[in-house]
Amino acid sequence: MSSSDHGAFPSADLQRLLDLLGAKGHRVVGPTLRDGAVVWDTIARVSDLPIGWRDHQAPARYRLEQTGTGEVFGIVHGPQSLKPFAFAPREPLLQIERTNGGLSIYPRLPKPEKIALLGARPCDVAGLAIQDQIFLRGPYRDSPYASRREGLFVIAVNCTRALPTCFCSSMKTGPRAQSGFDLALTELDDVLLIEAGSEAGKAVLTELPVSPASETLLAEASKRIGACAESQGRLQEQAALPQALYDAYDHPRWDDVAARCLACTNCTMVCPTCFCHTIEDAPTLDGQHTERTRLWDSCFTHEHGYIHGKNIRPMIKDRYRMWLTHKFAAWHDQFGMSGCVGCGRCITWCPVGIDVREELSALLASDGRSAARRSDNP
Amino acid sequence: MINPHLIHAATIVEKMRETADIHTYRIRINDEAERRQYRFAAGQFNMVSLFGVGEVAISIVSDPDEPEYLDHTIRAVGRVTNAVARLQAGDVLGIRGPFGRGWPLDEARGHDLVIVTGGLGCAPVVGAIEYIFRRRNQYGAVKILHGVKTPEDLVFHERFERWERQPDTEVLLTSDRPGKLWRYHVGVVTELFEMVSFDPVQTVVLMCGPEIMMRVGVPILLRRGLPATSVYVSLERHMECGIGLCGHCQMGPYFVCKDGPVMRYDRIESWLGRPGV
Repeated sequence: MSSSDHGAFPSADLQRLLDLLGAKGHRVVGPTLRDGAVVWDTIARVSDLPIGWRDHQAPARYRLEQTGTGEVFGIVHGPQSLKPFAFAPREPLLQIERTNGGLSIYPRLPKPEKIALLGARPCDVAGLAIQDQIFLRGPYRDSPYASRREGLFVIAVNCTRALPTCFCSSMKTGPRAQSGFDLALTELDDVLLIEAGSEAGKAVLTELPVSPASETLLAEASKRIGACAESQGRLQEQAALPQALYDAYDHPRWDDVAARCLACTNCTMVCPTCFCHTIEDAPTLDGQHTERTRLWDSCFTHEHGYIHGKNIRPMIKDRYRMWLTHKFAAWHDQFGMSGCVGCGRCITWCPVGIDVREELSALLASDGRSAARRSDNP
Repeated sequence: MINPHLIHAATIVEKMRETADIHTYRIRINDEAERRQYRFAAGQFNMVSLFGVGEVAISIVSDPDEPEYLDHTIRAVGRVTNAVARLQAGDVLGIRGPFGRGWPLDEARGHDLVIVTGGLGCAPVVGAIEYIFRRRNQYGAVKILHGVKTPEDLVFHERFERWERQPDTEVLLTSDRPGKLWRYHVGVVTELFEMVSFDPVQTVVLMCGPEIMMRVGVPILLRRGLPATSVYVSLERHMECGIGLCGHCQMGPYFVCKDGPVMRYDRIESWLGRPGV
């Protein structure tokens, strides 16, 4: 990496980037504050961003704090990953009409929209790449996903602060974005470093008035990103995880976690990679039209494993085991990668604070007794 | 198939009664171009949908060499299948497919077959049996072992009688419970294994029914020298998309809709019949 790939500009000039993206036809979407939470929304002015705010996350805990600084990207992330922008929570697939003696079927496709996602964290950029693998590189290319995905321009922001729930460095997805972005920013006090990661990103960067990034600035960025990685707790060795989890099928820890899990589906809704969905046919009252829609589903619902007359996964234990084993084991068999990016959302948004890292280490402990919850053995 | 979400409108040309609540629907895709393009392999399934009601995965039991007409044997057990049961010839259904991997009927050519089914119907294997008997000289000895809970559960009665009359074919039936008119074996289906002889090197086993039957039954066959790679089982899971994307049909590392529904035993052995998988 040489300094010529990078540029730097004062944070105060961020509006220039927004204007440039707007001029190129993108709707800029970034983190905004709404009702005490962080949600993705349209950013017209830099002041729409949560400047001077930070988030604090812990198991079952999410708080926002005003720091009084000019920090632009102080929020690590809200409950939403980038997932809804390509894999829509509600996607119309078909319009079906009853015609004389038959059916007419019309495929539905979302209107293409150019969206520039400002402030995507490296874990979420990695999550998007996993979803691309699932929806675009399987036996069938999913057209609604492809249509939404084509319009996305990703502006990552490298992380210099890790939350207690973060474990991207264990999952090798952060805290520096490696690929899958068009532009990447690193915030260093009142300066933003900028780097292009694609041809489209380069095209924007060449039009943006930036100074060359000095070696000192680049070194400072590396130092802070490195410190962010260091500050994270480590997850066990990834290579051994799949088989170890398959082997832990009868581990008593599953009963323990099932006693705490509410099967509320929060973890799957906030997960950047979960892809389960259901298909719903909604007929109009006159019975002439039906709209077929794809909706996010969760493996924690009672219906997920239902087949005529019985439920394959009736117990919460079955469902939690399926979810965790899928993320960290089966995903490797299915897609050649882990299904977890280490964003920690499932920990934060779990109402009872179940921590996947804790569950994994308990499950990988060789005997049931040492698998007792850490919190029970202070 | 470019867009796996697309539905083909198809008309029921004949509705054939199998039992009070099981019918075979012979359907034909309405659009001529779509119909010409539609090809399937034995043991694949369609997502069959009823306008405004919903969609279910149903195996195609007719012959893949005659793709103009597609037979689906459907038992009225759920919301969609109960609604389908009210349809008659001339009514229109939607189909998406074909999806999944079926029986290894090409690989099994020249081999003997032991076909084990348990429970009601077992439509997925009926298609395979009919396929084999239509090409009788391409396959060796055929043994059909079928177990039911009670004599009343025996469906496809005439088919078993017809199959029994095929050359070099043995049909063995059993019921867990006895009945007044039941003239066959009484006991679980695995007991029939002791009553048949087969050459473990020459034989391919096709199995369809409850997973517990497979989990208990297959090891009995393996102890007689049959390699695990010669046994194929048909699995059942909740399916919504048919293309390994909606997540419901997962079984360990597999998507049953895409990697199955027919799977070779050695690949699925460690997951079969385990509670909660």
